[in-house]
Amino acid sequence: MSSGLVFDIRRYALHDGPGIRTAVFLKGCPLRCLWCHNPEGLGAPREILARPGRCVGCGACGRACPLGLDPRSLGELLVEGRGACASCPSFGSCAEACPAEALQLVGRRVEAAELLAEIARDRPFYDESGGGVTFTGGEPLAQGPFLLEMLAACRAAGIGTAVDTSGYAPEELVLAAAGLGPIFLYDVKLVDETRHKAATGVSNAPILRNLRALAAAGADLRLRLPLIPGVNDGPGDLEAAAELVASLGAAPGGAPRPLHILPYHDAARGKYRMRGASFELDRTAPPDPAALERAAAVFAASGLHATIGG
Amino acid sequence: MNERITALRKASFDARPSFSAERAVLTTDFYLEWSGRLSTPMLRALNFKNLCERKAIYLGPGELIVGERGPKPKAVSSFPELTCHSEEDLRILDSRPMASYAVSAADITAYREKVIPYWRGRSMRDRAFAEIPEDWKAMYGAGLFTEFMEQRAPGHTALDGAIYRKGMLDYKAEIAASRARIDWGSDPAALAKEEELKAMDAACDGAIVFAERHAALAETMAASEPDPARAAELRRIAEVCRRVPARAPRDFWEALQMYWFVHLGTITELNGWDAMSPGHLDQHLAPFYEKGIADGTLTRESAKELLSCFWIKVNNTPAPPKVGVTAAESGTYNDFTNINLGALKRDGTDGSSEVSYIALEVLDELQLLQPQANVQVSAKTPDRLLKAACAVIRRGSGYPSLFNADEVVEAQTGMGKGIEDAREGGTSGCVETGCFGKEAYLLHGYLNAPKILELALNDGVDPCSGARLGAATGDPARFADFEALYAAFERQLRLVVDTKVRVSNYLDRMFSAYAPAPFLSVVVADCIEKGLDYYEGGARYNTDYIQCCGLGTVTDSLAAIRRHVFEEGKVAWAELRSALAADWKGREDLRLLMSNKTPRFGNDEDYADQIAQRVFESMYRTIDGRPSPRGGTYRMNLLSTTCHVYFGLRTGASPDGRHATLPISDGASPAQGADRHGPTAVAKSLAKIDHARTGGSLLNQRFLPSALEGEAGIDKLASLVRTYFRMGGHHIQFNVVDTETLRKAQAKPEDYRDLLVRVAGYSDYFVNLDKNHQEEIISRTAQEVC
Repeated sequence: MSSGLVFDIRRYALHDGPGIRTAVFLKGCPLRCLWCHNPEGLGAPREILARPGRCVGCGACGRACPLGLDPRSLGELLVEGRGACASCPSFGSCAEACPAEALQLVGRRVEAAELLAEIARDRPFYDESGGGVTFTGGEPLAQGPFLLEMLAACRAAGIGTAVDTSGYAPEELVLAAAGLGPIFLYDVKLVDETRHKAATGVSNAPILRNLRALAAAGADLRLRLPLIPGVNDGPGDLEAAAELVASLGAAPGGAPRPLHILPYHDAARGKYRMRGASFELDRTAPPDPAALERAAAVFAASGLHATIGG
Repeated sequence: MNERITALRKASFDARPSFSAERAVLTTDFYLEWSGRLSTPMLRALNFKNLCERKAIYLGPGELIVGERGPKPKAVSSFPELTCHSEEDLRILDSRPMASYAVSAADITAYREKVIPYWRGRSMRDRAFAEIPEDWKAMYGAGLFTEFMEQRAPGHTALDGAIYRKGMLDYKAEIAASRARIDWGSDPAALAKEEELKAMDAACDGAIVFAERHAALAETMAASEPDPARAAELRRIAEVCRRVPARAPRDFWEALQMYWFVHLGTITELNGWDAMSPGHLDQHLAPFYEKGIADGTLTRESAKELLSCFWIKVNNTPAPPKVGVTAAESGTYNDFTNINLGALKRDGTDGSSEVSYIALEVLDELQLLQPQANVQVSAKTPDRLLKAACAVIRRGSGYPSLFNADEVVEAQTGMGKGIEDAREGGTSGCVETGCFGKEAYLLHGYLNAPKILELALNDGVDPCSGARLGAATGDPARFADFEALYAAFERQLRLVVDTKVRVSNYLDRMFSAYAPAPFLSVVVADCIEKGLDYYEGGARYNTDYIQCCGLGTVTDSLAAIRRHVFEEGKVAWAELRSALAADWKGREDLRLLMSNKTPRFGNDEDYADQIAQRVFESMYRTIDGRPSPRGGTYRMNLLSTTCHVYFGLRTGASPDGRHATLPISDGASPAQGADRHGPTAVAKSLAKIDHARTGGSLLNQRFLPSALEGEAGIDKLASLVRTYFRMGGHHIQFNVVDTETLRKAQAKPEDYRDLLVRVAGYSDYFVNLDKNHQEEIISRTAQEVC
């Protein structure tokens, strides 16, 4: 029995696969996408989000700090084992003590059995709607052994699973996950290697390789293209993505592979602020409906059916 | 909407509600002449008949369904025999900013010169308040409970299908047969039965006369109508009004007009709260619809037009104007007619039909305040109907609300009703379960559970006034444990309910003695057979409801005290009490600790949910099963309508972090903003309560529009509803609107006059709500997408 690091659990998650789902956010991601809307899920260690506007100045956080620090005046993102918190024996006690929720501990270590019990809370809703759990993140495959254990446990418990992934992981891990039968919500971000690296920080070679391997293995692939103005909507970008998807062939059973275009949104801006970080796309506006229609048309031209949104 | 419906809708929407003294004057004249010369039932019946013979009647341009309670649309009658408005009341009605009614100088003069001099000291309200004990008045004034019957007649009546198979002449024959069965030799109630049955007979005559006057008016208008098409319509109206309600309806048009005349009769006879409901209207109309389609006399379009005309008629009848506490806690024009769609038939098969879908379309297109509509969802209800309902819900008006038809049946069979009768039952008012056409289920008012806890926290003293209202249950600082506190809460609860029920029973008897309802008794089984009035136990089933408010607030308050005072010992009683007394001033940290660091109801966490179950059991044991004067028993509801806002104004700061005067939680819903884990967690928390042992529970959910986008949004909402009902939930309703829209509507109300939102068991125009109600709706957790 292993444990994983979860940074959020959202019930009635509507845009993460079929039916009513619980989204489990696993912390840590090897990519650094410019548009990431869960920046608090990027780093593997636990951290503390700050909302100074909520602070009522009661000083409970300082009293709870085993190092005798005042967490409000440190001027840095508080990360477990790093910086001011490097030697903290009870990381997060400041946030737990804060009545105003001005400090929020992000990241909770949880045993597989405990997480399964939390997921199973909404079983009646999964049963009725054909839903289940979606492991997302962060990059869920970054906690590989734990993810495999959870997928197996859910399968044994009769709960449907999905993995929302960038695909950036060792091939054998990806195929091992596929063997446990989840739906893959698989990102197709950029086909161009150089620009992929610039936008995400990593090569897309393993991503494309894994995608083909999953298609070959007959996995239930639901492709998702986050449409980021100025990043992956340039000349030829969408055509290349369409060509890639078309090259995968039809889904098992002959149906066309479903593809969802996810319009960039800037809802995460506040989270960057809470982490004291700047948001690279601060000036980028969400794509307008016409741009979305144009994108869908590109896929239609390749004989594919793209849906706008989750 | 075709041209006719567009025009009728606009006229109805634009008409300002007005007060009409006509009924009051006619009733006063009648009582001046006849009071003391007739038995009470006959006095009431002949007054009703006199109203039917004399009141001004109205037939507007383009109308197909005819008849108004007042002299014109949205003119509201008054009922001085129950509550006699003062001149000042009338002036306030005219000038108050919310839920105002135009009152003419002539009406005020009529009141001053005729109505008030007769009814002062004679009205039910004046007589009741002269007799009501002081301890009741103190609790009532402090906002521990309300009392529906202090100024309106007990209502909550919905009809079954009998009036579509029988006309008033058939009822008269039944009445004659019942009179013939009276055993004068050995039945001590023989004379009372005779008088009641004679009264029912006279009431039937009143309803027939009322219709015939409309027939005559339509004939006269047809004779001088230049447009031949309209002249033909008027002749058809006359034909319909000659047929119903005297005889059973033969087609769709007559069926709607039949119901409408019966509806008008009951709300002219008395001002029952809630008005009157047709029950399973789609089931009642379906045979007429199918016959009309089959024989070519009806099209889907013409059926929809007739149904729309009916709908607008209901919208033309705002609630009678209320006064005092009742006006403060229920400031709405809505009179709560609630149409049930879907559900089960008497034989247990699915009750939906094409008429159900037409009704949903009418509801969606008209966007009117009244009538309410709900869909009763059983396991047998087709997904198509549920999804059609969800699509209307998505448009954001809060309509229709959704009920668990299987639980509604279980709740009724659990109290001993026959299963077929139970299936004919459903929901009236907001969420109240009853057996349509066969039950008098009277609502007696709301109970403020957080205020009861407030008494327990203050040794029986109301901290808002310093007056001792409750039992001396001791200083909480000396309570050894949470159990001692809970025992004090239960003692206060029992005392408050004892005090309330004593007066509820008294008022119940006053209605049977002074304001029986012979016309209503005609159409509710088994009043004729028993020769007993609806208010005397004549109905087949008799139930009395007390509506409990603030389950979420009281649960969270108890959970906060248990956690922080008793378990963790971090908060001292003295500290908490002075913070509550100061409305948390200077102690925002403590307020946030109690609010944010407490497991709260609505998150699928047993810590809080078990307290909610326990509070539920306490309320159930305190209320359920008490005998009521009409031979039935008291039961509990979890419903607040708009009363949680009024109760909030009367309740000091509560230990869950709520500020003084802010609303308490509504219905069975979690406290505003306490639910943080989405609607499935809310549903699971709620499902831990045994809804089937209540007469109805209300769950509000607010969704951002983005959560319901696309086909998948509808599917998932439908799945959410199905699952909640599978787990035993009673009711769920949705507001689908974002905060930004609501704020804009507050800033520029003139641009948002038709923005309907779900308030409680009903929808209302957002801009017609007072500021407190608007803020309360905004403060509800918005379930969004992640």
